[in-house]
Amino acid sequence: MYEVEMLSRIQFAITAAFHFLYPPMSIGLGVALVIMEGMYLKTKDTFWENLTRFWVKIFGIVFAMGVASGIVMEFQFGTNWATYSRFVGDVFGSALAAEGVFAFFLESGFLAILLFGWNKVKPRTHFISTILVAFGAHFSAVWILVANSWQQTPAGHHIVVREIGGELVARAEIVDFWQVVFNPSTIDRLTHTVFGAWLTGAFLILSISAYYIIKNRHIEEAKSSIKVGLTIVIIASILQLLTGHMSAVGVAKNQPAKLAAIEGHFNSDSPAPMHILGWVDEQKQEVKYGIAIPGLLSWLVHSDASKSVTGLDKFKPEDRPPVNLVFQSFHIMIAIGIIFILLGLIGLYLWISGKLWNAKWFLWILVVSVILPHIANQAGWITAEVGRQPWIVYGLLRTSDAISKNLSLGSVWFSLILFTLIYLLIFVLFLFLLDRKIKQGPLEPTENGIYAKQKSLLQ
Amino acid sequence: MDLNTIWFILIGVLFAGYAILDGFDLGVGALHLFVKEDFERRTFLNSIGPVWDGNEVWLITGGGALFAAFPEVYATVFSGFYMALFLLLAVLVFRAIAIEFRSKRESPRWRGSWDIAFSISSYVIALLLGIAMGNIIIGVPLNQSHEFVGSFWTLLTPYTLIVGITTVSLFIMHGAIFLVLKTEGNLNQKVRGWVNNTIIFFVICYVTTTMVTLVYVPNMTQHFKEYPILFIIPLLNMLAIANIPREIHHKRYGWAFISSCASIAALLTLFAVGIFPNIVASNPNSEFSLTIYNGASSQKTLSIMLIIAAIGVPFVLAYTAGIYWVFRGKVKVEDLNY
Repeated sequence: MYEVEMLSRIQFAITAAFHFLYPPMSIGLGVALVIMEGMYLKTKDTFWENLTRFWVKIFGIVFAMGVASGIVMEFQFGTNWATYSRFVGDVFGSALAAEGVFAFFLESGFLAILLFGWNKVKPRTHFISTILVAFGAHFSAVWILVANSWQQTPAGHHIVVREIGGELVARAEIVDFWQVVFNPSTIDRLTHTVFGAWLTGAFLILSISAYYIIKNRHIEEAKSSIKVGLTIVIIASILQLLTGHMSAVGVAKNQPAKLAAIEGHFNSDSPAPMHILGWVDEQKQEVKYGIAIPGLLSWLVHSDASKSVTGLDKFKPEDRPPVNLVFQSFHIMIAIGIIFILLGLIGLYLWISGKLWNAKWFLWILVVSVILPHIANQAGWITAEVGRQPWIVYGLLRTSDAISKNLSLGSVWFSLILFTLIYLLIFVLFLFLLDRKIKQGPLEPTENGIYAKQKSLLQ
Repeated sequence: MDLNTIWFILIGVLFAGYAILDGFDLGVGALHLFVKEDFERRTFLNSIGPVWDGNEVWLITGGGALFAAFPEVYATVFSGFYMALFLLLAVLVFRAIAIEFRSKRESPRWRGSWDIAFSISSYVIALLLGIAMGNIIIGVPLNQSHEFVGSFWTLLTPYTLIVGITTVSLFIMHGAIFLVLKTEGNLNQKVRGWVNNTIIFFVICYVTTTMVTLVYVPNMTQHFKEYPILFIIPLLNMLAIANIPREIHHKRYGWAFISSCASIAALLTLFAVGIFPNIVASNPNSEFSLTIYNGASSQKTLSIMLIIAAIGVPFVLAYTAGIYWVFRGKVKVEDLNY
């Protein structure tokens, strides 16, 4: 059974990690599309329309990959985590229903207009469709994060014990819908994830556009795109500092074991430092090779550097999450967050002083930075999910008790291998399609500045 | 009518919506290899181009609603049908990949391979969906804790295969009529020529399934004996099917398509009336069956979700109809995005 559980966890981790590449990009690109098409409607300049059309094509690819990789996610709760599904179904139900009804249909329905409706509806209707798609993308983030946050900080429910087939079986049932929706960690985690998504989309735009400028192609389009992308980065990276801090304070209050793991803090009687670097030795219960700022964690949590912070010693060994993995992923995320702020500020300075378009070194940094938000997203996700272990629903249901009871090891191997291959195929497809679109680029205006009628996307 | 029954109906509506919408695009996939020219195949692909993605959302939402309203059913079915479900998911994803890749290169070998992948995956999806339905009709082995105790091979029986093939034939008919709506000229003539054959194929399958069901699954007819008024459903179903060639003959293709949609809706209604109030019947040991009561969420959750659905669904229906309206009419050369 232990092997079935581990393989199921690996399967969920792999599929979730691959899936989580795409929705953040579509959320972030959605914001940029609204800005760009808004500029078109405001200025009536077809330059902006042409630019929007280009990024809509990129958006279309990202979105299709998100749907293809996402179908599996929803069914996996039932396939591998049936006991969990029976336990949480009643609480998750409303959030899932809301996601389906308010978000999925909105997104995928209006996507058709966004992608294929340019010549079929009026510009204003198209703009409204763009807004609704972006709105739908955000809305799906809302509901999935409500459900996930409830797993971190359950609220608004009670436990009901029922008799099924002569056995007593417990499940969580909803008591107060709004308490479930606004459970203690929803707002912190939702805003943090959404701004992370904005950064992900913005860096995709910056990377492609910076590449165009370096290669001396589509210069005007690339410059305007960089201005939009950089603006989003500057705003979102600073907001991210704020929401990150809110999340950390929330974790300190609601999930002390996770916070202790994040900083490798074992001793409850001492003030807690905050590490810049380090390696946790879980045997000796100490952080090796650490560079730390003494008392900083105490100060962040209590606004007092001399106060103590609950350490892992307060938890039985079987109630502790894996410490080093949580420690490392958290610190990677923090480091990247700081890099975002620096990149935003340097970019702003270069932009204002008019040196941006000639600063090849900075443009190259932007080209490669596309990977950073993805690393930060994944690292943040690992911190949140691994930090919650050994619980699948914090304090209520252990991961080891959540697994389906009738799975054979062979069938889990089958699905794990099959879906690892399929997700790799989706990823290759994504890179292939993205590469083609980047090579095609936005349409170039003809000499009198008018765009030729948009042709078929295919040669 | 209690909340459990309402949610049974609503989930039925979601799955019917999925069958009607993804049904035609799976049908188009099934017919894809019957035309040979690249232009014809691209017309087929682009007839479903703007909508196939959205159609699959109905399945996702249906699955989500099942999780929400009947978590015991969701957990039992998806963990129990593990291999079959992962196969279905793999093929669904694979089909999406085939659609995206297919026209991105000129090479005939490239396109030919993806055409085959697209078409075969469409058949497999329809077949697996049908097999799943067949299993729900005939029942699957459950234990007293609602856990499935069979294996992958338990699900493959002659009866479930017959239901599977019937589903394939239904979607082929539905897809053919959709293509009549979407094509022009010679291609349109060709597709029109197929419609009657697809109807005949479907009717043969349908009659076979009905006879086998009457003989082997007599409890599907129980509600019809109790409430003879329900016979109106199969009657309407036959009328809807018979109406299709008539509308085609009068060149009212839109009405032909609506008749086809109506027949799918009627078939699923028959199915739902037949299994009610079970969702997953246990066979043997019918006392372990999962019903709309022992498989459901709490009354509180069902009522909250009903409020959510009441607010959201009218919007969904309105703008989905609007979007189909925007993309009505024939596929034009300048619309070839796939």
